[in-house]
Amino acid sequence: MSAARKTRHAGVKQRLGHALIIVLASVFLGVFLLLPLASVFVEAFRQGVHAYLTSLHQPEALAAIRLTLLVAAIAVPLNLVFGVAAAWVMTRFEFRGKAVLGALIDLPFSVSPVISGLVYVLLFGAQGWFGPWLAAHDVKIIFAVPGLVLATVFITLPFVARELIPLMQAQGSEEEEAARVLGANGWQMFFHVTLPNIRWALLYGVLLCNARAMGEFGAVSVVSGHIRGLTTTMPLEVEMRYNEYDYVGAFAIASLLAMLALFTLAVKTFLEWRYSDEIAAHAPGGH
Amino acid sequence: MRRRILPGFGISLGYALAYLGLIVLLPLAALAWKASGVGLHGLLHLLESPRTLAALKLSFGGAFLAALINVFIGLLVAWALVRYRFPGRRWFDALIDLPFALPTAVAGIALTALYAPNGWLGRWLVPLGIQVAYAPLGVLLAMVFVGFPFVVRTLQPVLQSLERDVEEAAESLGATRRQTFLRVILPMLVPTLLTGFALALARAVGEYGSVIFIAGNIPMRSEIAPLLIVQKLEEFDYAGAAALGVVMLAFSFILLLLIALLQRWSRRWAERAA
Repeated sequence: MSAARKTRHAGVKQRLGHALIIVLASVFLGVFLLLPLASVFVEAFRQGVHAYLTSLHQPEALAAIRLTLLVAAIAVPLNLVFGVAAAWVMTRFEFRGKAVLGALIDLPFSVSPVISGLVYVLLFGAQGWFGPWLAAHDVKIIFAVPGLVLATVFITLPFVARELIPLMQAQGSEEEEAARVLGANGWQMFFHVTLPNIRWALLYGVLLCNARAMGEFGAVSVVSGHIRGLTTTMPLEVEMRYNEYDYVGAFAIASLLAMLALFTLAVKTFLEWRYSDEIAAHAPGGH
Repeated sequence: MRRRILPGFGISLGYALAYLGLIVLLPLAALAWKASGVGLHGLLHLLESPRTLAALKLSFGGAFLAALINVFIGLLVAWALVRYRFPGRRWFDALIDLPFALPTAVAGIALTALYAPNGWLGRWLVPLGIQVAYAPLGVLLAMVFVGFPFVVRTLQPVLQSLERDVEEAAESLGATRRQTFLRVILPMLVPTLLTGFALALARAVGEYGSVIFIAGNIPMRSEIAPLLIVQKLEEFDYAGAAALGVVMLAFSFILLLLIALLQRWSRRWAERAA
């Protein structure tokens, strides 16, 4: 074989290798990610549009949607404020125990959702630390909305802080120091300098936090008590309908959650594409 | 000491600590306190139950295997997305995060519908003797699904910044593609792969929502540890639930610590090799 033919042969072999990797990766992504997503909508519409809409129009479905929105509307702003405060202190100051604080912020990511719910049952449940006191004062936390909110706050606690910390670290504090030297007070500095610099990363973090808050299952399932119409969020309603063999109903609610996921992915991709410099090169958030 | 020019140290630190204390530390203290109620004897007794042992083995063994599978598939997918241009690449890239964004209960029922004996994939696999739904294989599949984005997303930036000239140097010195990959590229990726592995593992160990639908939850066979916690709670066995929770947390932290040590060691090794 001549040298030229040998090189050409190697080139063909290499291109075949590339094609093989691309095909394998695409087939895997298609079967593993696209197919489950598609099946949600196919199952939801299995008995037609009418059955789909009817199952979404039932009072317990509407109550579940309302409750999910309510829980997220409380949990996400709480973690938004916490995330900004935590990122501020983690990136603008040096102090003892900073590494411990950082580890604590990430801790909820390595705790099983079931355990995240369990800890609140042990605090506020009938046999819990505060159980007797709560019962005496007629306050319900477990098997009620406050428990759902607490479990959701625990699960989604790291999201905003995790997006902000690497970005604010990379940005440094020169602009903020300049604002202070020029006479801005703390709030002026925050609203005119800090916030504009972090707004897209903040939106990004809130988006991920919200997706998780609305979709959380394990933690809320432990504290919910599954009282229909009162303490069942959308994911719990999916479970209850599924266990009652109401597959169209279960997948109908699931399709709403899947649309939320697609919306989240779309906005996330847009933010990454449009404002990649203003969103830090972040470690995979998630969970 | 230099006066701090930036405001808000006291208030933001105080707020963050109070918030973490109330939301994270106080509840975890309640867990430790409740678990201590059963004592060391009770803890050992818990581990003597074959059903609990089987569940712990499935949760940790399954998560370990799932994270390992994700390392291989994640490397393949990240490589294809970073190195090659092909139609639909951007769509696939956006799709990688689907398991993060899709609620676990939705993923659970969707996977079950696909792999059940009458499902799109199950109807082909079951006659071949491959039972995924309502079997341990289903647990593994769900665990791979929820952990999948971690390895890809940790690898992508590292692959992007990998210096092409090192590879070219290796090739011009006569190394084959395979040698270049195994001897030059892979060692540089090991610390990152370990990070992705640890994240995928931590996620899969505690996973509940996506697993319980597809697992079938057969005691001793396809029952995961978080489900046992839920069952103990339903039987009002709070101490037992807390004890199992503590055992799970302790195991996970030991595992993550070991991986962190391995990572430090591999990084030093990679630096020395470079």
